[in-house]
Amino acid sequence: MGKIWKISGPVVIAEDMRGSQVYEVVDVGDERLSGEIIGLERDKAVIQVYEDTVGLRVGEPVTGTGEILMVELGPGLVGNIYDGVQRSLVTMMDDIGDFLVRGVRTDALDRKKKWHFTPSVKTGDMVQEGDIIGNVPETGLIEHRIMVPIGTQGTILEISEGEFTIEETVALLEHEGAKKPLTLMQKWPARKPRLYKQRFVPEDLLVTGTRIIDYLFPLALGGKAAIPGGFGTGKTVCLQQMARWSQTQLNIYVGCGERGNEMADVLHSFKKLKDPATGRLLQEKEIFIANTSNMPVVAREISIFIGITMAEYFRDMGYDVLLVADSTSRWAEAMREIGARLEETPGEEGFPTYLGSRLSAFYERSGRVTCIGKPERMGSATVIGSVSPPGADFSEPVTQATLRIVDVLYSLDVALANKRHFPTINWLQSYSLYADSVDKWWNRISPDYNEIRDKALITLQHEAELEEIVRLVGPEALPEDDKLVLLAARMIREDFLMQSAYHPVDTYTEPKRTHLMLSTIMKLYGLAKEATESGMLVNEISSSKILPRISRMKDIPNEEFDDYMKQLWSDMDKNPFV
Amino acid sequence: MDSLQLFTRQTKAISTARRSLLVIESIPGIRYNEIVDVQLGTGETRIGQVIEVGKETTVVQVFGGVSEVDLLNSRVRYKGETLKLPVSGDIMGRLFDGSGNPIDGGPPIVADTYLDINGVPANPASRMPPAEFIETGISAIDGLNVLVRGQKLPIFSGSGLPHNKIAAQILRQASLKGKSEEFAIVFGAIGVSYDDAGYCISNLEETGALSRTVAFINTASSPVIERLSTPRLALTAAEYLAWEHDMHVLVILTDITNYCDALRELAAMRGEIPSRRGYPGYMYTDLASLYERAGRISGKEGSVTIIPILTMPDDDITHPIADLTGYITEGQIVLSRALERKRIYPPIDVFLSLSRMMKEGIGEGNTREDHNNVFMQSYAVYAEGNYLREISTVIGSEALSDRDRVYLSASDRFEEEFISQAENNRRTVEETLELAWNIFSMLPREDLKLIQEEYIKKYLPEAPENRVTTETG
Ligand SMILES: Nc1ncnc2c1ncn2[C@@H]1O[C@H](COP(=O)(O)OP(=O)(O)OP(=O)(O)O)[C@@H](O)[C@H]1O
Ligand SMILES: [Mg+2]
Repeated sequence: MGKIWKISGPVVIAEDMRGSQVYEVVDVGDERLSGEIIGLERDKAVIQVYEDTVGLRVGEPVTGTGEILMVELGPGLVGNIYDGVQRSLVTMMDDIGDFLVRGVRTDALDRKKKWHFTPSVKTGDMVQEGDIIGNVPETGLIEHRIMVPIGTQGTILEISEGEFTIEETVALLEHEGAKKPLTLMQKWPARKPRLYKQRFVPEDLLVTGTRIIDYLFPLALGGKAAIPGGFGTGKTVCLQQMARWSQTQLNIYVGCGERGNEMADVLHSFKKLKDPATGRLLQEKEIFIANTSNMPVVAREISIFIGITMAEYFRDMGYDVLLVADSTSRWAEAMREIGARLEETPGEEGFPTYLGSRLSAFYERSGRVTCIGKPERMGSATVIGSVSPPGADFSEPVTQATLRIVDVLYSLDVALANKRHFPTINWLQSYSLYADSVDKWWNRISPDYNEIRDKALITLQHEAELEEIVRLVGPEALPEDDKLVLLAARMIREDFLMQSAYHPVDTYTEPKRTHLMLSTIMKLYGLAKEATESGMLVNEISSSKILPRISRMKDIPNEEFDDYMKQLWSDMDKNPFV
Repeated sequence: MDSLQLFTRQTKAISTARRSLLVIESIPGIRYNEIVDVQLGTGETRIGQVIEVGKETTVVQVFGGVSEVDLLNSRVRYKGETLKLPVSGDIMGRLFDGSGNPIDGGPPIVADTYLDINGVPANPASRMPPAEFIETGISAIDGLNVLVRGQKLPIFSGSGLPHNKIAAQILRQASLKGKSEEFAIVFGAIGVSYDDAGYCISNLEETGALSRTVAFINTASSPVIERLSTPRLALTAAEYLAWEHDMHVLVILTDITNYCDALRELAAMRGEIPSRRGYPGYMYTDLASLYERAGRISGKEGSVTIIPILTMPDDDITHPIADLTGYITEGQIVLSRALERKRIYPPIDVFLSLSRMMKEGIGEGNTREDHNNVFMQSYAVYAEGNYLREISTVIGSEALSDRDRVYLSASDRFEEEFISQAENNRRTVEETLELAWNIFSMLPREDLKLIQEEYIKKYLPEAPENRVTTETG
């Protein structure tokens, strides 16, 4: 057992620590605050403490646990809420109350709860690492597939169906004369990527239900994306929307250094909202990690790695998993703060020189892979991180380092936020490198996808150019065909891109409907072009009765949508501008 | 504060003094971050804080002007405890300084308990999302940037703008819709002038609100270190009233800019590497440790609502103080010099302003069913009008179409009738919504795209002449 030798912010140096190892978890002080060794020199250990160090004294005890920081993986993860070091906040609420007093230990997974295990292999079978040996129905939406841990193999001596806690033996293996029990739980070091067989280029659309994302800047399963934007531009709402509606099997929401009230909002809404595909409560497919801005800074760094380890674990079962992290800037700032305490040589704007490599260590753990083990299966982990650039200035180090890594950029725009155009994804600055690979997916919905997407983007681009002229001469001075471009662009913006997260229908649009909405606008644009060519004025077109009907398209409930659109299209085909 | 006087142990073994830092030989029992008493050779006393503890040496930062000679002959007294505030129900109606000592001539507080002024973070799983509408009586807030119980909603102001007036108006008028229950008020004045502090206090006095107020006042001339403790004392008192006495507490903290400048000053004295504009890299976390103390806890009656006030240097919303605040708070009320010049009170820039908790607090059962639609449509109309005003300054309004000119005048009316109101005018939320509907009635009906048909039928006045005016002052 060692003793505290020095305290400086979240960094504590302990003496008499011979025999400890780097990344070992330690208990610090009389209150047993949890910490992790990040450096060793002779008998001294440098420790980052995951709890507030105010009030610590020199000489208080420091005890090693002999274990490095491991993520507990097994039934009980889904629906749970964790702090940055995987303590269950639900358990803490029940055990110690509403405030996070220091030095409390809780297990990540409930040790007492019994789960029903059904084997999928039998006695005498030979199993390898990664093989699925059975299932536990964890929630109504997630079947937890129990895998042989990495590094383990053998012949099944015993395995049986029944009720088990996560620590009880569900199967017994024998390998070269040694017996090894398997349980429902396994552990994995947070900072180490989990293994897979082979990686593939992401090419299937991750359906988010947000139109501008799915149609214009699509994200692919296994992809990586960033959402930078100034305060109040809608990063959190965007991420929440994705965590709500994405057509993935499991989502992980990491709130890293953000608001407590926001976390409360997410937690409460997931207890009420239903998954559109299955009608089950969303929290049955969600894991939450909440390290709010007033919780200890050091835990922010590890929280993101704990989240991605969970994502990989479910990916390895053969699932499509989405992880959203809000905000990676707070994560980077946590590293900056620790770096300064350790007196490391700072890089740009005081961030550690390893900022870029740490960011890619995170984002690179996304991907679409074939998993290790039998049966053959594919899984994916998609990662989206928000970035909070100071003063909404994207030239700062975290945004820049992130942009070098990700394949999709959703650039949020303060000017759009001020006008309350949501989502504020700027259509001129955002991009998706997956657009060319997921068009195959879209072409199964409609062969016109590429054409309509291109036309819409060109119209918006054209509008931006005309906008500069309008500021000089006014809209009335434009020729009719340019006025029509402005009208069409306006319809694309207001009737298609704008999407309220709070409207019960508008909040989620399925791909077919998304396609139909934009096709309708582009079709009207085409008809309007013909009409103006034969002498109709754009002003007459913009006051025609058909336009408000197109505007209302968003709010029409799914059950009525087909009829509504049929009527709309048949009226457009007859005599649109009356 | 009385606990401050209870220094139990002392040391004289000071080895070096550089700038404001004292390196002393370590003494058993001294705690990281504790507040100590430094007695100078001259006999004067200064406050210090332990910023690093080691086995051999401990570093103390001394606040207030001192020279190295003073420090070399000083002694450090400490008590082995971090800063605590004595509290009891008797704090209501009392005035304290930035160390928690009474300054109203009244007796010291007989403590029920002593609370750590840094507070303890709420478990996110125990929090309740804020949802109850607070009617401030101000249209720009109640109509478009709704404040709810448990929210933190700052006022971003500029020097010379009427933030104190607005804060006073909110304090006077704020109530829960349909309930007579009054808020307890906690007022934290950080580095403000005597005049400003006096204005707020006398305002509370006039309206009889002083008896339900606790005030912590650190004036510009009091010690800089107390700028850091003042808001923490105020929030500790607020939490105590909310969580132990089931009260709904409205906390006003003014001026956060002084707080941040003190943070910068003290960081610079320690020789820390600064981040943007000289402010410390941990300022986000530090501010969050204040603002995040707002909220509601499930199963508890009370709530803590925080309205911090800050003055943006140079009116610059990207300045780190405003920027980091905006990244933590649930929106912001931004004051505009341009509106102030047009003599519009309150000069609230509704485009830059935002309330993120709004959606929970409005609609049927909270305010009125059409509120969300009216909110969205108002922004659309005002944004369009504003854009047209901008281009018409270049091309002249004659070059606009008739339709565009209607939007121009709608947005003028929006500023003059909706945003603008008298300092003593308390509008109900229904009156606020009516004002918006009156403006909508100028526009072509089919332009009201963001409002559901049934609400248009129900609330749109027949003709523009039908407009109601509620302005009284
Ligand atoms: N899709 C949307 N539909 C309706 N309103 C939205 C939408 N997106 C954002 N908003 C509005 O914008 C506000 C700010 O969004 P949000 O909290 O997501 O911003 P943010 O970028 O996360 O800010 P910060 O960096 O400060 O956390 C929301 O509270 C909401 O009022
Ligand atoms: Mg956010």
